[in-house]
Amino acid sequence: MKFRTATTITALAAAAMLTLAGCAGTTTAAETSTAAPEADSLTIQDAWVKAADSGMSAAFGTLENASDTDLVVTGVESAASTTMQLHETVENESGAMVMREKDGGFTIPAGGSFELAPGGNHLMLMDLTAPITAGTDVDFTLTLEDGSTYEFTAPAKDYTGANENYEGGDMDMDMGTGTPTDSMDMGN
Amino acid sequence: MTSDQNTPASATGAGRAGRGLSRRHLLFGGAAAGLGAAAAAGAGVGILTVQQSTAAVTPPVEVVPNGAETVPFYGAHQAGIAVIPQSHATHIAVDLAAGTDRASLVRMMQILTDDAARLSQGQHALADSEPELATVPARLTVTFGFGHEFVTRAAGVVPSWLRPLPAFGVDRLEDAWTGGDFLMIVAADDPLTVAHATRMLLKDTRSFGTVRWTQAGFRRAPGSEKPGTTMRNLFGQVDGTVNPHTQDTDFDQLVWSQGDPAWMAGGTSFVLRRIHMNLDKWDLLDRSGREQSVGRDLANGAPLTGINETDEPDFTAVTPIGFPVIPEFSHIRRARSDNPAERIHRRGYNYDDTPNPGSVSNSGLLFGSYQADVDKQFVPIQKRLDDLDLLNEWITPIGSAVFAIPPGCAETGFIGESLLA
Ligand code: HEM
Ligand SMILES: [Cu+2]
Repeated sequence: MKFRTATTITALAAAAMLTLAGCAGTTTAAETSTAAPEADSLTIQDAWVKAADSGMSAAFGTLENASDTDLVVTGVESAASTTMQLHETVENESGAMVMREKDGGFTIPAGGSFELAPGGNHLMLMDLTAPITAGTDVDFTLTLEDGSTYEFTAPAKDYTGANENYEGGDMDMDMGTGTPTDSMDMGN
Repeated sequence: MTSDQNTPASATGAGRAGRGLSRRHLLFGGAAAGLGAAAAAGAGVGILTVQQSTAAVTPPVEVVPNGAETVPFYGAHQAGIAVIPQSHATHIAVDLAAGTDRASLVRMMQILTDDAARLSQGQHALADSEPELATVPARLTVTFGFGHEFVTRAAGVVPSWLRPLPAFGVDRLEDAWTGGDFLMIVAADDPLTVAHATRMLLKDTRSFGTVRWTQAGFRRAPGSEKPGTTMRNLFGQVDGTVNPHTQDTDFDQLVWSQGDPAWMAGGTSFVLRRIHMNLDKWDLLDRSGREQSVGRDLANGAPLTGINETDEPDFTAVTPIGFPVIPEFSHIRRARSDNPAERIHRRGYNYDDTPNPGSVSNSGLLFGSYQADVDKQFVPIQKRLDDLDLLNEWITPIGSAVFAIPPGCAETGFIGESLLA
């Protein structure tokens, strides 16, 4: 099987019933408006999430915008994590690469794409509600500026990279790792 | 071919060569160098330019690198069984971890199927940390197999033949090369491609088990010979002549399971025997002795009663003094059954590992064979060879493993779904 992250609603229903790993996106219009909901133009390709026992993890993939206007992803949610954030990775004052919340969300250019990758932008799971084991499917919901949402499923993969430190590691947030500078450690 | 390909064109009077020769000749024919043209590989990827001292205008010729070739992943049968053997194959056996249950096996096979499907088409796997290494598929195939323990944990019906082979007198099996719960055969025409795919697949099995053994084998490099040329083993023998071919009418019946048990329909079985070949002892044997031991000519693999490789051996022919021309103790006489159902599809690879101290070779054959039913097809042959085969003087099985190869899958499915879904 090749994990698909951009199939249609009907395909999702069939695939999800046949296997545990039907990966697909669905869209829901949050508002009734004459314009098509922004989420209709959004897809994610090659989505995956890093397997982890507890604490933090991250999801990756390539967001694609099929419309002729820019799209802005303003939020992300998943049952797999109590909190989620849109993260970017930047160099801090001491020259280290750190990740932090991306101001203003992710802008996907009209007709273009936006890469979510280890060491770059990503969907941050701040505190896992349960272990994410390799091969498990994790559902995510992205929210766009107009309030419409896009759902997709990402398979979990064992991955030992993506260990960026979290700039807010000393913030009052339970990261589950207990280290002074919290990182996306898989705990292995 | 006499002249050196590296000789500068100016020194060999290459000016003549351009005339009357097609580009194809210059690129692929040995004739080019023989006539004094120096063909030099261009710096650009996939471009070969023909340099001539006269600076004649010869446009660069686009060469399609064979690294771009792909083998379809999805289908009724798994890839890597019927396709013309690739140059390199790494066989990997995994022992399942204690906690790997049926649900884990589903997750593992979905992940590995996705990896294999992508990599075989020259796309990187999800979470591939070296995506650039995935861009040269070179006919990559990944073939998955299930051992007895795998099927048991999946709570499936275990095929009657899925168990260790009966003990044979010739066996000197080492634990290090024997058994295994789960098999992956990663094969491609490029060893770097095989290495990357192997690493990617093994990274994705870490949560489910540990590597028991890996066995890497090789054949001639792609382009060294016409595709489909029967391979040679390290004894120098043409090895693989009498083998059911995909176009044969009985191939399907010999190789693909008809559904016993049901989840195996379209699958097959794989036996891997690691057979040490004693090259030092083989050196002591003269040419006619070597040919007698197998019953075939070394030059072209023809039976001792024939002229061409594919000639049918005549086991009734006798020498002027009344002995069979193909000895009764020869490998091909012993390996051939009177029962046409007792045949197997061989797909072997040579191995040539680091010699042990005090020795100069550690070589042999990764004897791999596919058959619908191990007990009905493979075992009778191996039994006969165990009883009598002159070749046994020089070969010793040191590893043995049996796997069920589940059928292929469609793009929406995964390998093993008939057992696990
Ligand atoms: C290192 C071990 C072995 C070597 C070097 C070897 C070599 C050869 C050679 C040179 C041939 C003749 C050409 C051909 O048809 O391929 C042959 C044929 C054959 N071998 Fe082997 N072999 C080995 C092990 C085995 C084993 C373990 C089996 C099966 C249990 C086997 C089964 C056969 C069969 C079925 C044939 C074709 C016989 C026929 O003409 O019908 N071989 N082998
Ligand atoms: Cu982050």
